[in-house]
Amino acid sequence: MSNTMKTMNLRYFALCLSLIMIFNTCTKDLDLLPAYGLNSATVYENPDNYINVLAKLYAGLAVSGNQGPAGNPDIAGIDEGFSQYTRVMWNLQELPTDEAVCGWTDVGIPELNTMTWTSSNSFVKAGYSRIFFQITLCNEFIRETSEAKLDDRGFTDAQKSTITAMRNEARFLRALSYWHAIDLFGTVPFVTEEDGIGSYFPEQISRTDLFNYVTGELLSIENSLATPKSNDYGRADRGAVWILLAKLYLNSEVYTGVPRYTEAANYANKINTSVYGLSTEYRFLFLADNDEAPATNEIIFPIRFDAMNTQTWGGGTFFVHAFLGNDTQTPAEFGVNGGWAGYRAKQAFSMLFPDTIDTRNMFQREGHQQLVEELGTWEHGYANAKYRNVTKTGALPIGADPSGNHVNTDFPMFRLADSYLIYAESAVRGAGDMGLAINYFNAIRERGYGDNSHNVSSLTLTDIINERARELHWEGHRRTDLIRFGLYTSSAYVWEYKGNVPEGTGIPNYLKLYPLSVDDIIANPNLTQNPGY
Amino acid sequence: MKKGYQAILLTWMFVLLSGMNLQAQNAKLQGTVSNNQGETLIGATVLFQGTARGSVTNVDGQYLIDAIEPGTYKIVYSFLGNTSKIETVTFTAGQPLTKDIVLESDAMMLKEAVVVGYGTSKKEDLTGSTVVVTSKDFGKGNITTPEQLVSGKVSGIQITSNDGAPGSGSSIRIRGGTSINASNDPLIVIDGVPLDNGTISGAGNPLSLINPQDIESFVILKDASAAAIYGSRGANGVILITTKRGKAGSKDVIVNLQTSYSISEIVQYADVLSADEYRDVINQYGTNTQINRLGTESTDWQKEIYQRGTILENNLSFSGGLQNLPYRVSIGYKSEEGILKRSKLDRTSLGMNFNPSLFDDKLKIEINTKFAYTKNFFPDRGAIGGAVSFDPTKPVFRDDLFVVGGEETTYGGYYEWTNTAGALNNLAGKNPVGLLNQRDDESRVNRFIGNIKLDYEIPLIEALHAVLNLGTDAASSNGFVQVPAEAASQFAQKGQNTVYEQKKENKLLEFYLNYNKDLETFESNLDLTGGYSYQRWNNFSPAQPSVNALNDTITPAGIPALSENALISFYGRLKYDMFGKYLITATIRNDGSSRFSPDNRWGLFPSVAVAWRISEENIFKDSDVLSYLKMRAGYGITGQQDIFNDYPYIANYNTSSSTAQYQFGGNFYTLLRPDGYDSNIKWEETTSINGGLDFGFVNDRIFGSIDVYKKETNDLLAVVDVVAGTNFTNEILTNVGSMENTGIELELSFVPVDTKNVDFTFGVNVTSNQNKVTKLSKVANPDSPGILVGGISGGIGNNVQIHSVGHPVFSFFVYEQVYDDNGKPVQGEFVDRNGDDIINEKDRYIYEKPSPDLFAGFYTNFRYKKWSTGFNIRAEFDRYIYNNVNSNRGNFQSVGTSSLSNLNQNFLETEFLNTSVEQYLSDYYVEKANFFRMDYLNLSYNFGKLLKNTLDITLGVNVNNVFVISDYSGIDPEVVGGIDNNIFPRPRVYSLSLNVTL
Repeated sequence: MSNTMKTMNLRYFALCLSLIMIFNTCTKDLDLLPAYGLNSATVYENPDNYINVLAKLYAGLAVSGNQGPAGNPDIAGIDEGFSQYTRVMWNLQELPTDEAVCGWTDVGIPELNTMTWTSSNSFVKAGYSRIFFQITLCNEFIRETSEAKLDDRGFTDAQKSTITAMRNEARFLRALSYWHAIDLFGTVPFVTEEDGIGSYFPEQISRTDLFNYVTGELLSIENSLATPKSNDYGRADRGAVWILLAKLYLNSEVYTGVPRYTEAANYANKINTSVYGLSTEYRFLFLADNDEAPATNEIIFPIRFDAMNTQTWGGGTFFVHAFLGNDTQTPAEFGVNGGWAGYRAKQAFSMLFPDTIDTRNMFQREGHQQLVEELGTWEHGYANAKYRNVTKTGALPIGADPSGNHVNTDFPMFRLADSYLIYAESAVRGAGDMGLAINYFNAIRERGYGDNSHNVSSLTLTDIINERARELHWEGHRRTDLIRFGLYTSSAYVWEYKGNVPEGTGIPNYLKLYPLSVDDIIANPNLTQNPGY
Repeated sequence: MKKGYQAILLTWMFVLLSGMNLQAQNAKLQGTVSNNQGETLIGATVLFQGTARGSVTNVDGQYLIDAIEPGTYKIVYSFLGNTSKIETVTFTAGQPLTKDIVLESDAMMLKEAVVVGYGTSKKEDLTGSTVVVTSKDFGKGNITTPEQLVSGKVSGIQITSNDGAPGSGSSIRIRGGTSINASNDPLIVIDGVPLDNGTISGAGNPLSLINPQDIESFVILKDASAAAIYGSRGANGVILITTKRGKAGSKDVIVNLQTSYSISEIVQYADVLSADEYRDVINQYGTNTQINRLGTESTDWQKEIYQRGTILENNLSFSGGLQNLPYRVSIGYKSEEGILKRSKLDRTSLGMNFNPSLFDDKLKIEINTKFAYTKNFFPDRGAIGGAVSFDPTKPVFRDDLFVVGGEETTYGGYYEWTNTAGALNNLAGKNPVGLLNQRDDESRVNRFIGNIKLDYEIPLIEALHAVLNLGTDAASSNGFVQVPAEAASQFAQKGQNTVYEQKKENKLLEFYLNYNKDLETFESNLDLTGGYSYQRWNNFSPAQPSVNALNDTITPAGIPALSENALISFYGRLKYDMFGKYLITATIRNDGSSRFSPDNRWGLFPSVAVAWRISEENIFKDSDVLSYLKMRAGYGITGQQDIFNDYPYIANYNTSSSTAQYQFGGNFYTLLRPDGYDSNIKWEETTSINGGLDFGFVNDRIFGSIDVYKKETNDLLAVVDVVAGTNFTNEILTNVGSMENTGIELELSFVPVDTKNVDFTFGVNVTSNQNKVTKLSKVANPDSPGILVGGISGGIGNNVQIHSVGHPVFSFFVYEQVYDDNGKPVQGEFVDRNGDDIINEKDRYIYEKPSPDLFAGFYTNFRYKKWSTGFNIRAEFDRYIYNNVNSNRGNFQSVGTSSLSNLNQNFLETEFLNTSVEQYLSDYYVEKANFFRMDYLNLSYNFGKLLKNTLDITLGVNVNNVFVISDYSGIDPEVVGGIDNNIFPRPRVYSLSLNVTL
C-alpha cells in the first residue's frame, strides 16, 4: 500500500471512530436520575417504606426538616428552628395571652407580645405554611394508600391491613392540623386526597363546613384506630381521636356558633373512664423520662423528642432552653448547656397562683420581678422552670446529648387532666354531671397540692378558666381557652402589653383570628382575607 | 552554526518561492524590514500582493527577491504584531531596487487570531462585543487568582474579590447579573474545556487552582451574538482563557524564572472602642452588674488576631520549538500567608502544553495539561467578628483551673466567659485568639484540567477541517477540621474531629467540521462550522459522621451525595465576509440538558450579528487619521441552566438523617419526605441586542469602542410562594420572573509615545449598567413588596434587601430613620410612611442598592529606557452598603446581659441604648459607598540583555491595594452582596520580584 493509501485508511478509521463515539453518547444519557434516593414512582412499591412515610407525618410535628437539628428544612422563609410546628403553635397560642412574654427581637416575635401582627408576620405565615405542609403530606399518603392503589400494587392482606391502619392515623393527623387551622385562622383553603400536586387554586372553606368535615373524619376513623394505649407509644389511637373530638366540641360555639358541650362531655368522659390515670406528680409530665410511667398513664398523645435521634431547635429543645436563664438558674439542673433566656410569665398569670405549695407553681422568682414592665428585659416576669431535660431523680437521661443541646423531653400535646377539665367545664355550662365534674376537678387539685387541702365543693366558670391556667399553662392551650371564655379581646381581663399598652387594654374583636398568610392571599385569588386585616 | 543553517534554508525558500525563472536577468528587490523601535524583524514576509510569491527576512532583517519581471507591482510587507505596509514598486529590467521598510506596531493586534467559541477569528473580523486582554496588559504584583489579572481593564465587567483571604475568589459580573436564583457567573472555558464553576469543598475558589502565570490571554464574549454559541450557559457571558504555548520554529529553549517575595499587611482596623473608652461607656450607661464585670486589662483584640503575612512565589518555565513540537512546561510554587493568623495557601502547579503539527501541518495537535496541588489552612473566621466584639478589658490568656462536670479544665488557657460555677457561658462570645489557635482546618485539593485537540485538514476536500477535542476537568479534595476537647468553641460536645472528601469530574467530547473558503469571484470569505458536543459532570461526596475530639460520634453518617448532569449540544456558525468590509455572523446552538424533564430539556439559542468595517471603504482606506472604524450590531438568545440542582424536576423523596427520626414505641424510624418540585422547570433565557462602534485613530494610537446593549432575561428562576395545599413545601423555585439590564460601555486606549526610549500607554473604560426586575410572580400583586433577601446578623430572620418589580435586584428595603435637629438619628423613631400611626412592615421602603450605576477603570504603563512603571485605578459610583458592623455593635443593648461585649465607635455617635428589629432595618445604616481604588502600582527596571544577549533580567517592586478613597465609614467599601458583616480584610501587599529569561 502506498503512503497515501495508508494515511487515507488511517483517516477514515479515525473518522469512523469519532462518529461511533458520538452516536454512542446519544441522547438517552440525558435521562439521569438521582443515584441515592427514592422518588414518588418508586417509594410506594415497597411495603417497607410506608412506615417511614408515616413517620414523617408524625415527625412533621416534631422536627423542622429532614436533617436534625437543622439543615434540610420542610418550609422556607423563616429560620428553621422557629419554623418547627409545636414551637410556632406554642408562640401563636401563648404570647398574645396573659401566660407568656418573650424578650427577643427576632422578626415576628415583638408583634405577638403586643398583638400588633399583620398578615406578613413570620410566625403567622410559618404556622399557616406548617399546617398546610402537614395537610398536603397527609393527603399524599392517604391518596397513595387507597384500597384501589394497594390492590394494584399486589400487597398481601396482612400488608394491606397494616397500611390501612397507617392510613387512618394519617387521617387523624390531617384532622389535627385542620383543627389548628380552624382555631387559628378560621376559614382556610381546603384540599383533600382528591386534590393533587400541581398548579391550581383551592377553594376557601367556611369555618363551620371545615368543622363538620373534621369531626366527620374523626367519627369515621374512631372505631378503626387502636384502642387507647394499645398502639406503639407516639402513634395515634382511639384516645387521641376522643380528645380531639372533645376539644372540637368544647369550642364548637366559637367555631360554628352552635354550642356542643354535651358532645364534649360525652367524649371527655370516654377518656376519663378509659385506661388513663393522672401522673402521681405534676412535674413528671415535663421531664426527660415523660415517656415512661407514671407520666405515660396520663399523656394521651405526645410529640416525642430524642436527644440523639429526633433533634430540632424547636420542640423539646426550645421548651427547655428558651424558658431558662443563666444567672440565677443552673442549666445543669435542667439537663442542658445553657438557657436562651427568652420567655417569662406575665404578672397577670403568675398572680393566679395564690401560694407556692401548689406543685404546679414552678416559677423562678429569684432574679426576677413579677411585673413585666419592659418586654425585652429577662428579669421582668418570673421565669418558668416547667420543662427540664432530667429524669425524676434529677439525673441526665440515658442517651443524653453530650453537647447539652438537645433533649429527651416529650411534649404532652393532650393529657388526661385536660379531659377532666373539659368535663368539668361542660358540666358548669349545663351539659354534664356536676358531682362528677367536681370529683375530676378535685383530682387535679389533689395531684397539684399533694393532698385534699385545696379541694372545692362547687365550681364556677371563673374557677374553670383559672384552673386551666394553673394546670395547663405553657402547653399551648391558653389563647383558645381565653377566646372561649370571652376574655381574649375584652377589656374585662387585661394583662401586660395587651393591645400594645403596658397596663393592657381591650382590643378589637377581629384579632381573635389570625390573618391568612399574605403570601397565600396573593398567590390564590380564591381566598378572602379575614376581616380587619 | 546556526546562521549557516538558516542561510541554507532561506536560500531554498528563495528558490521555491521565486519560481523556476532563474535564468533571466530580471529585476531584484532587497532591503531590510524593521519596526519603529529600530529593531530589525526576523521572519517578516514580503509578498507580491495576491500571490504566494515573495520572501522572508533573515536573522538580520534582510530580504531579497530575485528574478522579477519588469512592471509595477504592489508589495505587501507584514510581520505579526505590526501593521502591514503596501508599497507600489515599478521594476525595470536589470535594475536592483532597495527598499528599507519600517512597520508600525499593531498595538491592537487586529490581525491576530483570537479564539472565539469553536474556532478562531481575526480581531478585526469580530462582529460581536468581544474583548481580548493579553499578558502584556495583565495586572501586576501579587496575583493569586486568574480573574484578578483583568480586573479594571475591561468595560462591562465588574470583578470584586470576595475578601482578603488567600486564594479567595471573586464575583465576576459581565454586564450586570442576569439572575437572582441561578448562577450569575460567566462560563469559563480554559483551552477549550468549559469548566464547572461550582465550588470544590476544601478550596475557597475553584479558579485559585489555576496559576495565573500560565495564562496567555483572556477573550471575553460580552454579548449574546458572541456567546450564543455556548447556548444554555452563555447568558452571563463567556471568558475564554488560553494558556501559554511554545512558539513554533524557535530553536532555542526559552527559560523563564520568576521569583517574588511579598509582605502583606492589614490596611485598616475596624473602629471599636478601646479598653479605656469601653470602661467609660460601661460606667456611664451600665448597670452595677455590668460595671462589676469589667476587667482591668487593655487588650487590642484586632492586633492579637492579625499578623504580617509573607508570600513567596516561584515560577519556572521552559518553552521551545523542538523540531516540530512546540512545547511549554511550567512549574510554579506559591506560599501565601494571610493577614489573619493561621490562614495560609500553598499551591504547587504544573503545566505542560505541546503543540505538534504532523503530516505537513495537516494535522495540528494541541495537548494542554494543567495540574495544581493546593494545601489550604483555613482560619476560624469567627475570630474576625469576635475581635470586634470581645471585651477589651479582659486578658488574652488566663491560667485559672475550673472544675466542670467533675472534670478540670483551663479551656486551653484562654480567657473565656464563665458563670459562677466555672461553666462556660454559652451566650457569650468566645476568645478570638482561642478560636484561631484551637482550630486546625486544613484541606488538600488536587485539580487537573487537560485536553487534546486534533485539527485535521481533510485532503481532497479543500478548505475543510475536522476538529476533535477531548477534555477533562477533575478535582479531588479532602480535608479535616480538628478542635481539641478543651476548646471553648466546642466544649459541650468535647471538640471536633471531622473529615470530608469530595471528587468532581467533568468530561468533554467535542467534534466539529469547519469549512473556510475564500470566494475570489465575490471577493469574500465564507466560514462554516458545524459540530456536536457532549459534556458530563459528576460530583461525589461520601457520607461522613460528625465526630468529636475524643472520637465519639456526635452525628452518624447520613447517605453519600452523588450528583450528575449531562449536556448534549449541536451547534453551527456561518460567517460571511464580503470585500473585507461587510461581515455577517450567524450562530445557532441546540442544547439538551439532563437537568430538565424530557418535555423541557431542549432549547434553541440563535444569534445573528453584522458589522461594517467603515475604515476599509475607499474614502477612508488611506486616511492617515482614521485607521480603524467598525460598526457592529448583534442580537442573540442565551440561556442559564446552572440552577444549583441537578434534578429539579423530579418528585424526590428525601431520606432523613439519623438525627431526624421519629420514635414509635421502642423503635426509631427514618423519615421519607416528598420534596416540593416543579416538573416544568426550565433554564432562564436572556435575549440581548448590542450595538457597537470600534474606532482607531492615528494608526490605532488612539483606539476605542462604544457599546450599547439591552439584555432581557425571561423565565427567571425565582422562589415563589406556593399556593397552600398544592405542593410539598411553601416555596418552590420556578420560572416566573423577568429582569432587564441596559447599559453603555466605553473603552479607550492611548499609545501617545512608542519609541525606542519611551513607551507610554494608558487606557480608560467606563460602564453604566441599569438593572431592573420587571416581573416576579405569576400573579402581579401591587400589595406584595417583593421577595425578601439579604440576611443580616442581629436577631434571626432579619432581611434587609428585596427583589421588587421596577427596582434593581438586591435593593435595600428599610425603615426611614427620623433625625433630630442636629442630624443625629433618634433611636427607635421612624417615619410613618403610610400614615396609619403604626410602625410596621408596611412602612418599609426601597432605598438604593449595592450594585453601582457607573463603574470605571484606568490603567497606564510608562517606560523610560530601562525603567517602567504602571498602575491602575478602579472606581464605582452610585452604590450603597448596609453597615451591619455598626447596626450590630453600635447600640448599648449589644453589650449583652450575661457577659460584656465591645461596642463600635458608632455607638458614641448615635448613643443608641437599645435596638429593635426596626432599628436594625433602618436606612441610617445604608451608607453611600462610592470609591476610587488603586489596585496596583508597579516600578521595574530591566537590566537589559546581559551575557551576550542571552539573559534578560527585570527587577520589580510592586504594591497591591495601594489606596482606597471612599465615603463609606466601614473598613472597605467593596463588599460582595452589599452587606458588610466583618469581612476578612483585604491586605496591602508589598512585593519584590525578579524575572529572568534565558
